[in-house]
Formats: sequence, C-alpha cells, structure tokens
Amino acid sequence: MARTAPVSDWASDFDVLDPHYVADPFGVWDDLRATCPIAHTARRGSTWLPTRYEDVTAIAHDIGHFSSLKVAVIPMGGGDEGERQLEYGLPPISSDPPLHTWTRRLLLPWFSHQRVESYVPLTRELCRGLLDGFAGSGHADAAVDYAQQIPVRVIARILGVSSEMSDDFTGWVRDVLEFADDEARRSLGAEQLLEYFQSQLELRRRRPGDDLLSELLGTEVDGAPLDDGIVLGMAALVLIAGVDTTWSAIGSSLWHLAGHPEDQKRLGAEPALMATATEELLRAFAPVTMARVVTGDLDYGGCPMKEGDKVLMNFPAANRDPEAFDRPDAVLLDRAHNRHVAFGSGIHRCAGSNLARMELQVALEEWLHAIPSFALSEGSQVVWAGGQVRGPRVLPVVFP
Amino acid sequence: VKIRIDPDKCQGHARCFALAPELFAVDDYGQASVIVDEVPAELVERATLAIANCPEYAIERVGD
Repeated sequence: MARTAPVSDWASDFDVLDPHYVADPFGVWDDLRATCPIAHTARRGSTWLPTRYEDVTAIAHDIGHFSSLKVAVIPMGGGDEGERQLEYGLPPISSDPPLHTWTRRLLLPWFSHQRVESYVPLTRELCRGLLDGFAGSGHADAAVDYAQQIPVRVIARILGVSSEMSDDFTGWVRDVLEFADDEARRSLGAEQLLEYFQSQLELRRRRPGDDLLSELLGTEVDGAPLDDGIVLGMAALVLIAGVDTTWSAIGSSLWHLAGHPEDQKRLGAEPALMATATEELLRAFAPVTMARVVTGDLDYGGCPMKEGDKVLMNFPAANRDPEAFDRPDAVLLDRAHNRHVAFGSGIHRCAGSNLARMELQVALEEWLHAIPSFALSEGSQVVWAGGQVRGPRVLPVVFP
Repeated sequence: VKIRIDPDKCQGHARCFALAPELFAVDDYGQASVIVDEVPAELVERATLAIANCPEYAIERVGD
C-alpha cells in the first residue's frame, strides 16, 4: 500500500490513512474542531475535512454546491475518473437528483421497517450459529469470527445470491473500500464484483426469483426496462454499502464493551437499554465517511473551495461535537437526546439504516446472551481499518 | 399537545417511529407521519424524545 509521509500539521496536511489516525482519530478531531475547524490536504487531491456537526450537516444538505457524483474518500490515483467504472456509478449513493430520487425509491421498500422485521429470525439464527462455534472455547476474534460474518449473509439473502460466496463478497468489498490506496487491488476487486453480478443478472433474466436483483430487472421506468448499468450499479452498491459498514459498527461496539465490563453488566441486567445503547454506540463509533465533490468555486466557512475539490462528510466527528452532544466522548448507554448522524443527513440518509440497526442490535443481544462477560485479549493487538469505513478488523477477546 | 412532521425535512431515519410507534407511522419509503390528532398526556414525554432525536429537525410541536 502506498504510504504517505507522517503528518506534522493536521489542519493543512491531514491524512485519513495515517495509521495513528485510523486507530484513534478522536483527539485530532477535537483539536481541529477547536482551532480550525475545516482541515485541508493536498494528499490524494485537494480535500477538505469538516469536524463540526453544524458544518457536516449543512454541507450534506447543500446538494447544489456539494455533489455526490464522487463519493470515494480515497480517489483513484491520476485523477478520480476511474472511480466511476460504471457509466451511472452506484445509484443512488453516487448520484444527484433526478437519478438519485427514483433509484432510491426502488431500493427503500427492501429496507423498510416491515421488511427488516422479516429478516430478524435469519439474523438471529446466523448469530447463534456463529456463537455456537466459539462460545465454549474461551477466546475468539470478535471481528473475524463474528462481526464480519453477519451482514454479508443477510445482504446475500436480500440480493438473492449464494451466501456460500460470502468470503468472496467480503474480500471484494474490502478491496474496494479498505485497500483503496492500492490501485491494482482496488480495480481487481471492483472488476470481480461487477463480473459476478453481471453473471447473476444473466441468470435472473432467464429465471427470476423473489429477490432484489430480479425485481430491478423487471422494473420499468417510463415504459422502458432499467439500463443494465443502473441495475449493476445498484446491486453493487447494496453489497458494498451493506457489508463493511455494519460489520464495523458491530465490531466497534464489541470493542467498546470488551473494555467496559460495567457496560456489559448493565446491558445484561437491563435489556430494555438496548435501544438507546445501540444508538449511542452508533454515535460514538460511526463507521462511515462519504465524500462530496465541490461543483463550483465557493467560500465555505472561510475556506476557498475550488470546483472539483472533495469534502469528506465527517459524520463520525460530527457525532463527537460538544456543541451538539453533552459529554460527547463518554459512551452513555441511556443517552436520551441523541440526534446523531451515523447514517448521514439529508437526501442521502443511509437507505439501509433500518437493516443496520436491526443487525447491530441482534448481534449484540445474541453475543451478550452467549458471552455475558468478555475482555480484550491481553498482549494481542486490535487492528483498525479506516478511510471510508472505520472499524476493527482484528479484535481478539477472551471470556471465562 | 399537537405535533407535526415537515415532510420536506423528513428523510426516513425512523427515529420517531422507534421511540413512539403510538404517535408515528413510517411508510415503505421512510416517510414518517403523525397518526394522532392530539398527543395523549401519558405520551407527551415520548413525543418530546422523538423531537429531540430527529436528525433532520423535522418534528415540531404545534401551538403551545
């Protein structure tokens, strides 16, 4: 992976892939928020990094000046045209209205409250099966053996593709999101993912099922079937957006609980707290950062933004802003007022947020039921991934 | 107490429905709506929580 030089000034030369920042970005955000508060870097193209809740949400709502046509946090080297390997990108996330509006409406019913409720038994069974595999052994990698295994299988079911492909899916999504700085790896991962879905589209065209891919193939807009490029982009999006993200949220939550036995006890004793607890864990460890591209030169908050610059939608930092949250760095499982933006803000609110919340809650409930008391494994190292999605990738824990 | 949702602000986070399903409904597209004319006294606190947890500031009290 291409390594950039160490950062000496975070306000003018930040690097979201700096290993210390990936492992612990919170102090950097606090410093920037208090002094800057919108940082800039020229590494990987001119990019801005807001840190205040007010700025992040204002920019997310200003879709005229800040387009979603390029949402990758790490652009492809040599210009980010390669970011759009598909003619239509990954609608609706990498689209502006009007394409965004109607493609989003096609996806939303698949992730409605009612639909998500119907995925609960599958998710619970999946979690129990995984726990059965290691709960008796006294130790596990909570990221690899558990968190990583859950969302990918639920998404496979929704898409109507084989969950036996889960390891491949996980690998491709990591290539695209986590190893984005390694161009060869990123391109190959994207290529494999798209090839796979292309072949799945051919299968479904001949034999439709009751899955999302089949429905998209059967959908007509203005009397014409959807362009294959749009169906492919939407399918790829559902996989990419539904895997790394929720897995990271589950992993970060287990990381927090592993280090806070008092919170493990409290959640075990008061299961009714789970609803506010999952929101609080989402706030404190929001995994996702999306990018926007500046549509024309403008001054925002004293920053001379140029057309084509990127702005990183730093939802994780917004969620730690003391102007928006009381004691932002404390994880308060019963926090009652929690207007967090882990799922974004404005028209690009995560379309799968109901599903993600359900998966996180069920995963934590089942873990605590099987393993009520656990701790980080002494002497083992927790490995974090960052950039577009932040979460633990190696999380060794022990339990009696 | 009466409450209303600004449909242009609502983006479907569904926090209101999660906190007070007696007061709110959410359709297949995430659009939330208020399903009571008047918030019963015993649910006023939950209505207040829904207002305080909406990331889009889409819910408000009407009148006093």
